[in-house]
Amino acid sequence: MSMTIHVDIVSAEESIFSGLAEMVYAPGELGELGIAPRHAPLVTRLKPGEVRLDTGKEELDFFISGGILEVQPHVVTVLADTAIRADDLDEAKALEAKKNAEEALANRESDIDFAKAQAELAEAAAQLQAIGRLRKTR
Amino acid sequence: MAVGKEIKTKIASVQSTQKITRAMEMVAASKMRKTQERVLAARPYAKKMSQVIRHLAQASSEYKHAYLAEREVKRVGIILISSDRGLCGGLNSNLFRKFLGQLKTWDDEGIEVTMASIGSKGEGFLGRLGGEVLGTVTHLGETPSIDDIIGVVKTMLTAYDEGKIDRFYIAHNDYVNTMTQSPEIVQLLPVYTEELEDELTHHWDYIYEPDAKDVLDQLLIRYIESLVYQGVLENNACEQAARMVAMKSASDNAGTLIDELQLIYNKARQASITQELSEIVAGAAAV
Repeated sequence: MSMTIHVDIVSAEESIFSGLAEMVYAPGELGELGIAPRHAPLVTRLKPGEVRLDTGKEELDFFISGGILEVQPHVVTVLADTAIRADDLDEAKALEAKKNAEEALANRESDIDFAKAQAELAEAAAQLQAIGRLRKTR
Repeated sequence: MAVGKEIKTKIASVQSTQKITRAMEMVAASKMRKTQERVLAARPYAKKMSQVIRHLAQASSEYKHAYLAEREVKRVGIILISSDRGLCGGLNSNLFRKFLGQLKTWDDEGIEVTMASIGSKGEGFLGRLGGEVLGTVTHLGETPSIDDIIGVVKTMLTAYDEGKIDRFYIAHNDYVNTMTQSPEIVQLLPVYTEELEDELTHHWDYIYEPDAKDVLDQLLIRYIESLVYQGVLENNACEQAARMVAMKSASDNAGTLIDELQLIYNKARQASITQELSEIVAGAAAV
């Protein structure tokens, strides 16, 4: 039997692959990596591209849009990104979140009014109920 | 015969309400199953991630990341994860109560708090609460993607990098089972790596490509994001479960109400018949 290495490909949203392979090829940031069983421990970032597995019987392809690869002597873990990532893109998203918060705060006045109105409504309803009960007992 | 017209109308209206709550119950039940599956599907990533982080914490790396080091706590950041919609029982209010309790504890210790929220209930709550809100995101829907939460997490991480906050927490509901959801406040930063002393004690280190700092940076950011994402998914599952239970009890209550009204209606009808009869009899006797 030929030597195999356990491979897990997971993304934040689902587990993509889990099984044995004889050889793993991954698009490392500094160039493509080929990983055979008993590779030295390694951590690297991955570029968008294909992760290929040679299971001895067939060759499997998985497209990933970046991520991280961890290699232990008998386990290879690919932590794939599902989102398209770039620093400035993240920054833009952060700004958007900030803007959302500011808008929510700017609308605070109306929000409070809403809560107040709701409280008043509840009070009025309770009063009506009490009046109804009084009428019944009379 | 116009006996108990009001009661009949009332019964019809309660019945239609019951139909709605029953439909919502069933919708929530089927969504709950899906959200649970999603939580399970996301688990391997977080698990693998924490394994890698664990290895990294043990590896005698030459580089110590800021996310792994404790520092003196003057100000903390917290992301409040809540649902977008109501009608889910006490789910959100339980979480908010726990959140307020925690805020009070921090306040007593003289620690300031910076907040952010995921979900519109939380956004409204923080708005009413006042205080510094760094970022919010709402309407993630039933299939949140990690894409949606990157922004909020990034604002918090930037604040952490700049030393504006010294600890980073999330508050969310933890899915125990259909009947039980418990509000939890979990510390994300600095990354907690104590329990993992025993395995692999010999000295070793990874080969880092391109270098330790870059890889660790990215890895830890992804790790934090995946934890927040996991929180969002858990909260989602909780929301559906809580809604299902709330709607079930609403339907049951409507059922009891209908029974009671029906009884009143029958009694009124009976009374009117009896009265009519006695009137006829009295009339006949008079003639």
